[in-house]
Amino acid sequence: MSCIAELKNVAKTFDGIVALENINLKIDEGEILALLGPNGSGKTTLLKILAFIEKPTEGEVHFCGTKAVNKNMEQLRMQSTMVFQRTALFSTTVYKNVAYGLRIRKLPKNDIEERVTKALRLVKLEGFERRPAKKLSGGEQQRLALARALVLNTKLLLLDEPTANLDPKNASIIEEAIATVNRESGTTVVMATHNMFQARNLPDRIALVTNGRIDESGTPVEVFGRLSKTLASFAAVENTFAGDAETTEEGTTIIDLGNDVRIEATAQKHGSVSVFISPEDIILSKNRLASSARNVLKGKITEISDRGSVVRLRVDVGKPFMVQITKRSFNEMGLNLNAEVYLAFKASSVQII
Amino acid sequence: MLDDLFRAFQLIFSGNPRITEIISRSLFVSGSATLIAVLWGIPIATFIGLNDFRGKSLVKAAFSSLIGVPTVVLGFFLFLVFSKESGPLGFLGLLYTPTAIIIGEAILVAPIVVSLATSAIEAVDPSVRSLAKTLGASESQASFMVLKEALDGILLAGISSFNRAIGELGVALFVGGFISGVTELLTTGIKVEIDLNNRDVAIALAIILLILVFVINLALTVIRRRKR
Repeated sequence: MSCIAELKNVAKTFDGIVALENINLKIDEGEILALLGPNGSGKTTLLKILAFIEKPTEGEVHFCGTKAVNKNMEQLRMQSTMVFQRTALFSTTVYKNVAYGLRIRKLPKNDIEERVTKALRLVKLEGFERRPAKKLSGGEQQRLALARALVLNTKLLLLDEPTANLDPKNASIIEEAIATVNRESGTTVVMATHNMFQARNLPDRIALVTNGRIDESGTPVEVFGRLSKTLASFAAVENTFAGDAETTEEGTTIIDLGNDVRIEATAQKHGSVSVFISPEDIILSKNRLASSARNVLKGKITEISDRGSVVRLRVDVGKPFMVQITKRSFNEMGLNLNAEVYLAFKASSVQII
Repeated sequence: MLDDLFRAFQLIFSGNPRITEIISRSLFVSGSATLIAVLWGIPIATFIGLNDFRGKSLVKAAFSSLIGVPTVVLGFFLFLVFSKESGPLGFLGLLYTPTAIIIGEAILVAPIVVSLATSAIEAVDPSVRSLAKTLGASESQASFMVLKEALDGILLAGISSFNRAIGELGVALFVGGFISGVTELLTTGIKVEIDLNNRDVAIALAIILLILVFVINLALTVIRRRKR
């Protein structure tokens, strides 16, 4: 497979603060590469450098064999595109948002119309053309942002947390669209994510980014296989915990995460494991619920972050859990910092890595 | 008083050629001044709004305080500059011409354009610029997109400047004087007609000035709302 982009000894500092150091990364044509790492690890900066909207402080960026210099930057920018985590939209219609990049490329009107229609269909937004972009829901806005990038049919597509803060329906539309363009147009995709589950299923290859460095890379099977042995390096990714597993008589597994936190999983494993629970799979309640969920943990809210249509909460149950709920639920439940809450999730929601 | 008001309305609806001429000159002078201020103010605002540099807040503070310059002071200063006998620009022969008023008012309202447009540009989501670039825009196309997003605020800057220009007296009086058929404006007209004790004409001009400002602002507000 030929190489589409390469970073050689790249470093980036912002006002003396190191965001990236000693990055060496080859991106192969046609692959889906996931940059997996906690928030603030440098994933976004890495993507921005690949998108040619941020210049590295040190090192070289090559694109299709050409070294990026000031002179060819604008030309190189035409061949890749990036979708931000926080969707920025132009204050105009859905159609004009998607058509923007094609108009910059001075395509004929008919072509633009045809390609915009196709891109909107891919993200299931057909019929939304004339709507004001900023009036769409959070998930629809994220899908629009993806369509606006897909329509350009660039060789390289860079995605920053494409499904973070989205409900499962919107997230699956986005994941499907990414897989489709990769399969049908051979678009190379680099996506930053801290969602372990996504990193395990979608990409061909994973690079682990922590503290501005790429520690390891390989296929998901390789990386996750190695991870269970070097758990410590990975604890920074949210809702990922190291623990000791023991199988029960009923055939499930109890994992002791330490600090008196025990959770139950359906998969059978024993010994040292690392587990991941998707924030979207956790049900939050003010009282203990009578339900089929095998795991019910009591804790306190220690952090609240508003992400538009959804709210993310950090709940300390002895271990910090991230939970995602809709803004509406958040308001209806009248939650605030230090409030006592219960977390519930099924044993089958616990992914043993 | 009522008589004056009655005669004023008669004058407005009579289609008096002198009144028509004053109205069109006022619109032309304030419109040109606003246009010039926008032409030199927007690039300055764009530069300040999109770049980080040392002393940026000082520059911004300077422009906002210049908004408060009394028109009489600026008018008097320009009178000295354009004065035929001793002014450094006296040789241009601009004193008591509409051109001098346009230049003066353009200087007067430029700080309004710069301050309001800078705020509007700074209020645009900073990721719009990067976004345009990821979609293939060049530096200048990306800056243009930011300006487009700030259009509402820039229009407001234009309206406010026009309001200040058409309603000011100091500059118009000092560098325009009151030469019948040459530099007469609505504001200077009101002042001079009162001096001549023609209260009906002064009231007519005042009513016209109010209606003009009201209609123009209303029209632009409607346009701004449509844009949204």
